[in-house]
Amino acid sequence: MNNIWAVCKREIKTYFTSPIAYVAITVFLIVTGFFFYTLIQWFNMQSMQMARNPQYFQQLNINQMVFAPLFHNISIILLFLVPILTMRLFAEEKKSKTEELLFTSPISISQIILGKYLASLFVLLVMLLLNGLLSLFVFAFGNPEFMPLLIGYLGLFLMGASFMALGIFFSSLTENQIVAAALGFGFFLLFFVLNWASQFAGGIWRSVLNYLSFFQHFDDLTRGILDTTDIVYYLSFMFFGLFLTYSVIQSRRWR
Amino acid sequence: MIEVENLTKKYGDLLAVRDLSFKVEKGKIWGLLGPNAAGKTTTMRILTGYLPATKGKATVSGYDVFEQTNEVKKITGYLPEVVPLYQEMTVNEYLKFVADIKQIPPDKKKEAIERSIETSGLELVRHRLIRNISRGFRQRVGIAQALIHDPQILILDEPTIGLDPAQIIEIRQLIRSLKGEHTIMLSTHILAEVTQVCDGVVIISDGQLKASGSLQELTSSLAERDGVVIRLRKAERELIPLLKGLPGVDNVSQQDDGIKIEWGTDKDIRDVITRYVVDNDLGLIEMKSLALNIEDLYLKVISGGTEQ
Repeated sequence: MNNIWAVCKREIKTYFTSPIAYVAITVFLIVTGFFFYTLIQWFNMQSMQMARNPQYFQQLNINQMVFAPLFHNISIILLFLVPILTMRLFAEEKKSKTEELLFTSPISISQIILGKYLASLFVLLVMLLLNGLLSLFVFAFGNPEFMPLLIGYLGLFLMGASFMALGIFFSSLTENQIVAAALGFGFFLLFFVLNWASQFAGGIWRSVLNYLSFFQHFDDLTRGILDTTDIVYYLSFMFFGLFLTYSVIQSRRWR
Repeated sequence: MIEVENLTKKYGDLLAVRDLSFKVEKGKIWGLLGPNAAGKTTTMRILTGYLPATKGKATVSGYDVFEQTNEVKKITGYLPEVVPLYQEMTVNEYLKFVADIKQIPPDKKKEAIERSIETSGLELVRHRLIRNISRGFRQRVGIAQALIHDPQILILDEPTIGLDPAQIIEIRQLIRSLKGEHTIMLSTHILAEVTQVCDGVVIISDGQLKASGSLQELTSSLAERDGVVIRLRKAERELIPLLKGLPGVDNVSQQDDGIKIEWGTDKDIRDVITRYVVDNDLGLIEMKSLALNIEDLYLKVISGGTEQ
């Protein structure tokens, strides 16, 4: 545990002594803030129009009309930013040969991977928490439901965490950070839109493609539906990413 | 103590180390010599548990490098060829991190960091970013990093590379001062370093053992003849036939730096030569032994492939 913490602490320090974390967080907040602003404006307009018609007015739901689309938009931003946050993690160690220090210290490969992973999750958490402040405004001026909101953020966190796990894996494949980022970006995008193909596929493939797609699982969560299948999906994605990283590092030493 | 038996390492089809065996005694400094691409770094990486060997056995202080890797890592300090430094940290932060991952107990951490900073002479730069310190200091941070957990075994891959002459001397003194408590293995290209610092050598070439043993053992066993070079004030050339006539002398020849007199290794006729020179009042200026030096030894072993 101490070992994991040591690695994690160093990574967090590196994130925040270099511009990476600040740039990523700032970009994230500006873009998501813009989305939030436009969605709120749109919702206001709708409210004013509906105000004349009490029957429709009842159906206005800020969770569904502002937050669900906001979460979808944020997930797209994460798709861009996560590879940038993870590309360094192993590629840099390999390039600057600092991995020789790590791998000759009495600390296991899984401890190293977990330490790095937790550091990347910390940055994700900071991003989401700062973004979450926006919803405080909504509580001040309206009355959204709290649980669906929380589940939506949980969904974002789970999705980001799955991206991070795979991002670390891509970083372990190469010593070139750009390659790691490009692989991550391409792969995430593909998994995002995998369900597009499901409408042309038949039989079992349809459900396989649907199940594998990030989108499908995320959609439930943005609407405040907490389904264990979705949680299991994300957790297995994380495990899969970290396990692949472990195998890559382990096998590289044996070659 | 380091023991290596029939160590073999293949990178794909490339045989980097083949059937290597040697032994480093406890508390001694051993040099690992060889031309580029001889397998020095690979051998050291195997000993530190960074790379697994393809075949063979290696033990460090009685721990098997492949079976008890974690134990080995705990008692081994390693300075790789490229010093593993995180540029964005200060020297102090870096050493703190290394102390953490080397599993120094929390109550001893501060002391360990202070000690390694003091031994490696880093007081001046301890709060500076590693990215901003000079090459010599970086190398010292590397040594501090290897020493921090007070390891029994130190593996240093070219510890003096890229340093200026004054720094080289300092680092050598530092390494010598670590002898006794630590068993040290260092690789180097600088042959003079070996005679100044090491008690023994392992010479490898093409991944194969060419020679190993203490310096005296090796130099004396590889010399075919013993001899001296003398410099005289009197005309030297005419003396050659006379010197040849002395009992036991095998060969006399004129060299740039004097007259070389050689004899078989089974006897020592220095006294005879000295007496002759003094008795005949030849004006002795200098007399030095013709012991095989490390350069000769190295070249001979690398080209000849004599095994010891």
